[in-house]
Formats: sequence, C-alpha cells, structure tokens
Amino acid sequence: MAGVTWRRVTLGVAGVYFLVPLAIAVWFTVYNDTQGFSLGAYGRIVSAPGFTESLLKSLLLGVAVIVLVLLLALPALLAVRLGAPGLRPVLETITTLPLIVPPITYVVGIANALRGGTDALAATPFWQTIISIQDENFPVVLVLAYVMLALPFAYRSLDTGLRAIDVRTLVEAARNLGASWPYVLFRVILPNLRSAVAGASFLSLALVMGEYTIAALMGYRTFPVWIVTVSGNDGQLSVALSVLSLGLIWLLLLTLSGAGRKSK
Amino acid sequence: MSGLSSSRRRGGGAGWLAAAPLLLVTLVAFGIPVVVLVVGAFSVKGGGLGFDNLTATMKQPYIGALGSSLKLSAVVALGGTVLGAFLAQAVLTSRSGLLREAVLTASGVLANFGGVPLAFIWIATLGNSGVVTAALGLGSGALYNFWGLALVYMYFSVPLMVLVIAPALDGLKPQWREAAQNNGASTWQFWRMVGIPVLGPSLLGGAVLLFGGAFAAYATAAAMVGASVPLVTLQIADALTGNVLIGYENIALALSLDMIVIALLVMAVYLPMQKRSSRWLA
Repeated sequence: MAGVTWRRVTLGVAGVYFLVPLAIAVWFTVYNDTQGFSLGAYGRIVSAPGFTESLLKSLLLGVAVIVLVLLLALPALLAVRLGAPGLRPVLETITTLPLIVPPITYVVGIANALRGGTDALAATPFWQTIISIQDENFPVVLVLAYVMLALPFAYRSLDTGLRAIDVRTLVEAARNLGASWPYVLFRVILPNLRSAVAGASFLSLALVMGEYTIAALMGYRTFPVWIVTVSGNDGQLSVALSVLSLGLIWLLLLTLSGAGRKSK
Repeated sequence: MSGLSSSRRRGGGAGWLAAAPLLLVTLVAFGIPVVVLVVGAFSVKGGGLGFDNLTATMKQPYIGALGSSLKLSAVVALGGTVLGAFLAQAVLTSRSGLLREAVLTASGVLANFGGVPLAFIWIATLGNSGVVTAALGLGSGALYNFWGLALVYMYFSVPLMVLVIAPALDGLKPQWREAAQNNGASTWQFWRMVGIPVLGPSLLGGAVLLFGGAFAAYATAAAMVGASVPLVTLQIADALTGNVLIGYENIALALSLDMIVIALLVMAVYLPMQKRSSRWLA
C-alpha cells in the first residue's frame, strides 16, 4: 500500500507543478475582467507588426539550416561506414562541441571574430564578403551558427537511421549495376532513411524556431526575437505568443514521431 | 599503414573527401570564433598577452556571478535529478499505458520548452500580478529571486531527467528485484545495493546534463530577473552589448572562457558516464 501512496503523491505534485502554469497561461490569454471571454489576444498576434516578416525569415533560415546540415552530415556519415572508420571519433568530437561552448559564449566569439574580420579585411576584396554574410534579411553567419548547434541532434538521428540498414551492401549493389554516386545517394540511400532524415529536419527546425540568445545578441529579428520585442507592455499578447510557441514545439514533435512510426 | 590494401586506402581517402565540407565548415564556423575568443581572453589592454582579464573575472562582481550561476546549476541538477527519477519511476510502474505515453510525450515537449516564452508563462502565474500570487496573497517579487529562477528552470529540467532515466529504469530487470526479495532484501536494500548502482551512471549523466543546461541558460533569466540575480550569462551579455563601460569586451571573452572551462570539466564527467550506462542497457 505504501507503494501506491508515494506514487499518487508524486504524480499529484508533478501534475500541479506542470499543469497549473499552463492552465493559467491559457486562461490568462482568453479572459480578462473588462472584456470577459475573448480570443482577441490570438488575433492580435497575426496583425502585430512584423509577424509575417519575422516568421518567414525564421522559416527561410530553418530550410537553409536543414539543407546544409543534411548535405554536410550525410556524406560524412556514409563515409564512416564505407571505409573510413577513422572519421568516427572526429565526428563525435565535432558534435560534442556545442555542448562545451554554450550559445552565449559562442555568440561572443562570433561577434568578436566578425568585428576583427571587418577591420582586418577593410582594404581587401573580402571586405564585401564579410559584410554580405551579415545581411539583415538572410544572415549567413546565423545559418552557419545554427548548423553547428543543430549538428549534434541531426548526427544522432541520422546515425540511428543508418544503423538500421546495410549501407555497404546497398551501395555496392547499386554501384555494380552502374549507378552514379548522386543516384546512389538520392535514389537508394535517402528513401531508406526517410524517418531519420525527417527526424533530423524537424529537430533542426525546432532549434531555429526557438533559438533566442545568438539572434538577439547579434541584432537579428528572427521569430523568437520578434516575440520578445512585440510583447512590450501587452501582457496578454506575450503569454498568447508563449502558448503558441509551446504548441509549435508540440506540433513538431508530434510530426516527428508520426514520421518515425509510418516507416516501421 | 603498409598492411592496408590499396583499395582500402583509396576508400579511406575518398571518405575523408566526403567529410571535407563538414570539417571545413566546422573549422570556419566554430574554429575561428573559438580561437578569437581564447586569444581575446588573453589579450591585455595596450597589446600583448597576459592573465589580466582572467584575474579580473576572479574578482567582484564577476566571481559572485560565477558562483551564483554554479549554485543555481547545482540546485537545479540535484532537484531535477531526484524529482525526475521519482516521477519517471511513478509513471513507469503505474501499469497505465496511457499515462506513460502522455508523460513521455509531455516530457519531450517541455524539455524543449525554454527561453523567453517559459519566463512569460511563469510571470503570468507567479509574477507580481500573477494569478497564483494574488490567490495565495504572496508579496511582490516572489518569483524574481534565486529560488524563483530555480523553480522555473525545473520546468524543463525535470522532464529532461524523465527522458534520460526512463530507458534506464526500463532496463532494471524484474528478475533482479525478485532475486533480491527471495534473498530477504528489503526495498531499501534492493535500491541501495542493486538499483542505485545500476542506475548510477544514468543518474549522474542526467544530472550533468541538467547542470549544463541550467549553467548555459540565458534568455529565461534575462526576461525574468534582469539584473536582480547576478548570473555569468547575464554579465557576458551586458559586457557584449555595451551595457557597461567601454573597454570591457575582453572581460566578456574572459568570462566566456571561464564558462567553457567549466563546461569542459562537466563533459569530462558526462561522456564516460554515458559509455558506462549504455553497457547495462545493452
């Protein structure tokens, strides 16, 4: 009987701690004393200045990060299995780096490197390059930073997916039949890796849609940064946006597990 | 090297070629900022290298912020580990598949929920004009202090611990428990002599992960407490954005280096733990 009691107490405390703030947040966004019940706060999100612009910018960054992460990680992971096992420790180290360098210190390094680089290259043709990768509408520096942050998740997801298929046999069979390397990659390997690729993509997208520290400190108005700037003094709007971003994470994870299940 | 056949060697060369773009991007996007950071941390005003910046971070107010960050991370790691492990055990032994599924899904969502939105939701609950603050008649500032921050950080730390420890708890074989009971062991003895040693590496690995997460967190703290709780991440952001006197950029670099050294120590504990825990769960 003692076992049942401690279990109930644990679940009860956890339920109160995790559910009460959520319930209050949702209630707070749909009800206030002067207006009564209203979904106005959620309507104000869409009409708030900069909503479409920042959302599109973050989605664009997300797509760029996904493409780049897959293009960089997949060939390297295939190489590990096709004759360069010495690469594995190198990849493991690379994908551990973001855990050792927290985002706040990473952005300090990036900001200083860019400042130093802009000064040092002022008289050379590269000056234009270093300016253009900081373009407000499509900051390449942010894409590269997010690629580094997304790599650990993408790497593990793809590695798990590759473990389930016999890469060497598939590749050798296709190559013996005269398939080119791009054909092998896009028509043989990728279709077998659909759920792992979907997993890597959704984790990368979730990261881009939620990262605040680096974008904010470098002065880019991505969606998470916009959420903070637009909230201002409108308490209801800020909490509505918080509920929305929680819903977004939930939706991404749901799609992720759905994609994982379908392929089994 | 001479033992390798020529085709094998060619395969290795092509392999490194396939990984070249990844290595190159890492070198540029990660290598350059980190080298700049380390060199900058050792650069002294007026040129040359030295330890001036790093010794400055070992004095007030920086050493206080560093200590406060470490204390917060330790509290969150300890609390999150204990509560997460108990919650996971309660859910996994409840025999309700629905509850198990719901809690694990919710943990996946909440472990990824952080930043400013997390701060907003807690401000609506326990902030100065929050619903629970009013209902319980708490004074103002109940949330905006060290323990308030720890309470909020638990909101993503406990779910993360649940995710880390659930596979390990599933790996505790019922036969071990039965064997212990048949030999006359009490519940406490089972946990002390079988359960905790087997779970040990997972528990410690998870605790280290929580510590690192709390140590690196910035956005939530910035939105919630501003400057009222000194934290090293807030100090770095202040120094970087010029909220303090000019000439303190190198302090930001030195503080960043302090953080990286601490994170390195943390990872030096975590990685061997992860290897050990995977041995039991195989």
